[in-house]
Amino acid sequence: MSIEATLAEYCAVACAEAFRGDGEVLASAFGYIPTLGARLARATFEPDLLLSDGEAYLVANDLPLGGSDKVIEGWIPFRSVFDVVWSGRRHVMMGATQLDRFGNQNISALGQHEKPKVQLIGSRGAPGNTVNHATSYWVPNHSPRVFVDAVDFISGVGTNHGAADIKRIVTNLCSIDFVTADRSARLRSVHPFHSVDDVISNTGFDLVVENVTESRAPTDEELKLIREVLDPGGLRDTEIKS
Amino acid sequence: MTADKRVTLDEVVSSLSDGMTIGIGGWGSRRKPMSIVRAIARSSLKDLTVVSYGGPDVGLLCATGKVRHIVFGFVTLDSISIEPHFRAARQAGTVEVTEYDEGMFYLGLLAAAWRVPFLPTRAGLGSDIMQVNPSLRTIRSPYGPDELVAVPALTLDAAFVHMNRADTRGNAQFLGPDLYFDDVFLMAAKQRFVSTERVVETEDLLRQGPVQTLRINRSMVDGVVETPHGAHFTSCEPDYPRDEGFQREYAGSIGDKWPGFLARYVDVDETAYQAAVAQ
Repeated sequence: MSIEATLAEYCAVACAEAFRGDGEVLASAFGYIPTLGARLARATFEPDLLLSDGEAYLVANDLPLGGSDKVIEGWIPFRSVFDVVWSGRRHVMMGATQLDRFGNQNISALGQHEKPKVQLIGSRGAPGNTVNHATSYWVPNHSPRVFVDAVDFISGVGTNHGAADIKRIVTNLCSIDFVTADRSARLRSVHPFHSVDDVISNTGFDLVVENVTESRAPTDEELKLIREVLDPGGLRDTEIKS
Repeated sequence: MTADKRVTLDEVVSSLSDGMTIGIGGWGSRRKPMSIVRAIARSSLKDLTVVSYGGPDVGLLCATGKVRHIVFGFVTLDSISIEPHFRAARQAGTVEVTEYDEGMFYLGLLAAAWRVPFLPTRAGLGSDIMQVNPSLRTIRSPYGPDELVAVPALTLDAAFVHMNRADTRGNAQFLGPDLYFDDVFLMAAKQRFVSTERVVETEDLLRQGPVQTLRINRSMVDGVVETPHGAHFTSCEPDYPRDEGFQREYAGSIGDKWPGFLARYVDVDETAYQAAVAQ
């Protein structure tokens, strides 16, 4: 037990755990902590993952966040990303402005779509991603504004709308999965520094809560990798409030 | 000798008319044909339908009142997540939209390029893309039980892309990491324009980059405009990166700051623009 691990490091490990068992697929992560998680997974228990630099290259080495000293093992321009998406050999970890209890995600607009109260980035590849391959989410600000009873717009489809496989939602408080009879959200583990009650009071729908564990601590090897190799600049700490 | 297809920015704009559907290449705030976008922004054109993997091209045309309709999967400045001028137009309700998954968008252009009425995909199924585009149809596979989205062909009246190099006949070359979908935009359009950093002799193209960079051939192009720094302020690797400082100025020029930006950077010709941003 590494008692000195920070919340950001627990979050990175929880993101890494989302990719466990994936094998030789493209892991596409958005945000510092998901990117760190995917790189940590490959550096430890999931060595066959493919990782891109978010531009056009597959990177073979353990690249630090913000690093540019790449060992390039392949070319993956945006058009090739669609090939991978539609082949199913991908696991994406996206952000979400809203999520509901079946993992339907909104990144399109708040309010009415014809004239939104708040225009967001747009659906991007979320509809195609979710219906074709494994999807997880990263929510750095777990709150009832994110976890809502019904999303204003379904960009990424949830388990009740034909999702291929919603694996995990990792937040600054906890880890959520969909391993329930009706494939609704279940509280899987709570990060230290927070309680089950914190999660429940910050979630706008009823989570399945049973046999909740504490989130796995980083191993000594993982902590060393995070701090010395994958994020020596500490960018992980800029993404969440500690 | 094949025709010299070089044209001016004014000639590009004068070949367009109100209400046209225009496609703009690049991706987000990357290798956008901004010199052509600027020329449209300061023209009298109106009621355009803009088809784009959207960046500041969409925002600038919204802010200058050129747009009636946007076909998009996202609009972003990349290093600034939300395009503020696009957001303002959407929240004011001054533009109509067709929102697609970004892969559906690709298939729509490809269908137009291939002259088929639609292409099938799973992307979009179950999502509200189907709800907000009631004209979208699904199709049952003739070979099995699969129900798929039939993405209709996105035929363009005109398309614009910005390339690193081109010759006078319209053979064009990308030297950065990604072609994006620029060839497909051109193939989906009736009038096809390439702006380029530099016009070079045909025999010099392969001195610039390997043969795999020659993805646009002259049968796909009607006009070539030489506009050095023409993608500014978006990135045009390896010629120049995104001008992040200028992009922040653009993104911050909303509300009462917009008229100043407009006077300095939009209501001026390309030469004056390039002089202003060089300061």
